[in-house]
Order: sequence, then structure tokens, then C-alpha cells
Amino acid sequence: MDLVLELRGVSKHYPTHQAVNGISFAVERGAFFALLGPSGCGKTTTLRLVAGFEDATAGDVTLNGQRINHLKPYQRNVNTVFQNYALFPHLTVRGNIEFGLKRQGAGDIPRKVRDALDLVQLSGKDDRFPTQLSGGERQRVALARSLVLQPDVLLLDEPLSALDPNLRKQVRSELKSLQRRVGTTFLFVTHDQEEALSLSDRMAVMNNGMLEQVGTPEDIYLRPRTRFVAGFLGAVNWIDGIGVRPEATRISRTATGERCIPATVRSSVFLGNCLQVETVCTNGQFVVAEVSRLDGSFAPGEAVHLWWNPSDELRL
Amino acid sequence: MTRLRRLFLAPAGVVIGTLFLAPLAIMLVYSFLTRGAYGGVTAQFTVENYQRVIDPLYAAILLRTFVMAGTATLGCLVLGFPLALFISRAGSRKNLYLQLVILPFWTSFLVRTYAWMFLLRDTGLVNSVLLSTGLIREPLPLLYNDGAVFVGLVYGYLPFVVLPLYATLERLDKSLLEAAADLGARPSMTLTRVVIPLCAPGFRAGALLVFIPCLGAYLTPDLLGGSKTVMVGNVIQNQFTTARDWPFGAAVSLLLMAIVMVLLMLLIRRGGDKLI
Repeated sequence: MDLVLELRGVSKHYPTHQAVNGISFAVERGAFFALLGPSGCGKTTTLRLVAGFEDATAGDVTLNGQRINHLKPYQRNVNTVFQNYALFPHLTVRGNIEFGLKRQGAGDIPRKVRDALDLVQLSGKDDRFPTQLSGGERQRVALARSLVLQPDVLLLDEPLSALDPNLRKQVRSELKSLQRRVGTTFLFVTHDQEEALSLSDRMAVMNNGMLEQVGTPEDIYLRPRTRFVAGFLGAVNWIDGIGVRPEATRISRTATGERCIPATVRSSVFLGNCLQVETVCTNGQFVVAEVSRLDGSFAPGEAVHLWWNPSDELRL
Repeated sequence: MTRLRRLFLAPAGVVIGTLFLAPLAIMLVYSFLTRGAYGGVTAQFTVENYQRVIDPLYAAILLRTFVMAGTATLGCLVLGFPLALFISRAGSRKNLYLQLVILPFWTSFLVRTYAWMFLLRDTGLVNSVLLSTGLIREPLPLLYNDGAVFVGLVYGYLPFVVLPLYATLERLDKSLLEAAADLGARPSMTLTRVVIPLCAPGFRAGALLVFIPCLGAYLTPDLLGGSKTVMVGNVIQNQFTTARDWPFGAAVSLLLMAIVMVLLMLLIRRGGDKLI
């Protein structure tokens, strides 16, 4: 396995709190790796430790097998796409993209800038200033400005959060295809589980400065190792200590099989692609089931049976 | 609503009208009249006062005033920027340092200028220290020359540069500095390619706040300058006092004002709404 980035026991302690607490994970070259967690979980601090904006209190950050803890941001071959993009307002699109190349003393800058603009489909906007661009265009300038330097790892700090919600899904798929085309390793920080699941090849879930679980999106969603991971990636019904996701919870009018409990319908909400049925078990516990509207409708007060396949149980 | 607005604006309008516009109108009228024997004017129209300003003697003083104000402004910017940068990065001590910058305003400008005389004169602190250490044998001519005026002006107007520069530095988006470092810029490059260009509004505002009062300075050149360091402010002051030529003094004042206004308009046109 060709690892480009590795964190071993990395911690970042501030006088008042511990932002990151002994986390370890490795990112394979060419991967789209997501760092997922609620706000304040330490995911952005982790990204900043890799970028070099923060010094680790303990542990090793290695890039291509070399320990880079002591290197300044301008000495590391990683680049960042900032949450607010941080484009230089006094420079044009071209000026922004040239900035890093000039610092490197790179040759043939005009061609590289042209290629970078082509890559993000911004050709012809070279002379615009950031204020003259839309949010999506600004993001693409930020991407081009970093990618033109061919970093070992591209760090993205909530890159979609500054965008209009309508635009987000479209940009999401563009980002994924861009990553496939350039083949650069992306390390991507987000608090949105849908973004992490849909974009990444592998992901790490963080909570309270610690790493909860690392794995493929399927692993994390279907086989969460902690209650936190299970709950953060989607809704879970906890029935007698067993976790079942609403879409795996079935409803029938007759008792079937061994994993079956009686319940009463409280409400039923039509969501378009499914019905969300809220039920209450005999022990007073609420259970939500998302069922196909083809399975019929359920009226409040109706007595039903809840059941699920053993393979759909979340085993913690 | 309109009536209320008028009511609130009235005091300021009265002050500006009676204390600013009316004297200005009087000056304008006087500048076209003939001087009286003991000051004042006699009611006889003339444009001679304006013709005299173009006299090489006064033109040279005007030119020197602009050069002096320009170099003093430059000196303030060069000294003020590092100071503003230092204060903006001083963390919890920012307020203390800002107060220290403003502290000299608590004393009269006249007193502070006299203090410079005590420092710079032949028997002053600087010379006596240098003499006692044996570095020099004769006192250095520090006072009554262009250098002393330059020092006095830079000293007097430094805070006017530091404060607007500090304000722009404070507003600077810190992520831009991180972005520069991220893209491979060493701190010196971040400073010259990102921080200084983005501080342009602060530099413009600071330069204006120093250059304009320096043009009209008369106290500093009067006390610290020699007979050859006359600035246009001294010429104006002289016309209204010892020379008793009010019309000419009025003409020089108005000309100076006109030049400043033209410069200001050019700057505003360039800077647009981002002037300050």
C-alpha cells in the first residue's frame, strides 16, 4: 500500500482544551479521504496540523514517509482550499493562480496557468478579480490555485459549506470527477455525513478530538463501531439495545419471524419517496420506520408489528 | 422626518457657516483687494496678489514646502508601517501600545516642539552625550535646518499614519496570510506581496492625514527650522503679522487650499470609495 500521508498519535493541546487527542490514520496515494465529525471535534485542527498552521503537541505527521512536523507551511508540499477560499482580492484570477508558481520559481507559468484554468473550466476569466466571480467560480479558482502546484495532498476545509445549497450537490459531483481526473490525494474535512459518504473512498469519523472509526463509507454506515458513529451517520432506532436504521425497519399487520415486536402507529408522514411512520412500542419506546408507500398506508392508532432482517442490525 | 433632520443638522450648519464658510468668503474678497497701511485692506480691486505668488521667490518656497511635506509623509509611512504591524500582532498588549501612540496628544504640540529644541540644540541632550563620550569634538548642527524640520514633522504626524494603518491591518483577513504561506510564500514575500498591497487604503488615508497638515505647517519650521527653511505656512503667518499684507496672505492661503483640493480630488478619483 502506497501511503502518502500518515498521522501517528498526533495531539494538539491548547492551554484551555485538548483539540486533538492522539489520533492515528493513514491516507493512501490518490485517495479521496474524508474527515467527518461535528463542529468542534478537532477535524479542522487536524487539517491545520497537516498544512503546518498548527504545531502538534505530540505525535508524528509524515508525508511520503518523511516526518514533516518541523516544516513550515511554505515548506510542505501540501496545499489548502480554505473554507472561505481566501483568494487574494488584489490579484486577478491569473494573479491568484500564478502566486504559488512564482514562489516556486516554476518555468512556463503562462502554460501552467492556462492548463489549470482549463481544468476547472474557467478559461477566459483570467483577468477577473475575485469579487467579480460567483461563489462556485471562486471555489474553482481556489482549487486551480492549489492544484497547479501539484501537491502531494490537497487539503479541503469544508469546501462546499460556503456554497448555495442548490449548488452544493452539483459541485459535489464536479469535485469527485475533478479528483478522479487529476489523481491528486484529497483530504477533505466536513461535518455533513452525506457529503462524506458520497465523495470519499475512505473516511475517518472524529468526536471530541479522538478518532472513532476509519473505513470505507459502507463500513462506517453499515458497520459502525460506536454508538456515536452510528448516530452521526444517520438516524438509528435503538430497540432493546439493538440498532436498526429507519429504512431497515419494516412494518407489517401480522406477526412474522423471531425479530418482531408489536407497536402502535402514532403518525405517518408522506415524504414523497417514502412514508415515515412513527410508532411506539409496548414498552413506550419510539421507533421510526421509513417504508415504501407501495406497502400501503398506516393510520394513527393502528396496531402493527415491527420487524427487520438480522443482517440489518448494527452490531457495536 | 425632514423637519427633524433639519433640526439636528442646524447647529452644525450654523457652526460651519459662520466659523468656516464666512471667513473663507472674507478671505476670498480680501485676496482681490489692496493692502492697507497698518494691516487690513483698502477697497480697491486688484489681481496683483495672485501675480506675486508666481514670483520665483514664493514659487521656490511653495516647491520646498511640497518637497518637505512629501518627504515627511514618506518618513511617516516608512516608520509608521512597521509600528502598526507590530501593534496589530501584539495580542493582549494592543490597547496599551495604541494608547502609547496617542499619548503625546495629551501635551501641547508647542511644548513638544520645544522639547525637540532642547534635544537637538548645541548644548542639548544628543550633543552633550556625544561630546562626553568623545565621539565628536564639536557639537553637530542638529537644529535650525531642514533635518530638524523633517524630524519635527515626522514626530508630530506619526500617529496619523499608525492609526489608519493599524485599522487596515486589523481588518485584514488572516486566512489570506495563511493562504500565502500555504502557496509557498516565506514571511517576507507574504509581507510584500499580500500584506502591503492590501494595506493600500491605510497608506492612502495615512498619507493624506499627514501630507495636508504638513503643507500648512508653520510652528515646526518656525521653531526648528533656520532662516532658509521657510515653509509656505510661515509666509502666510508673516503676511498677517509683521508684514501686514493681509490680501497677499489671503491669496497664498487660498492658492494652497486650491492645490490641496485638486490633489484630494485626484486621489479620490483613483481610490474610488476605498479611500479610507
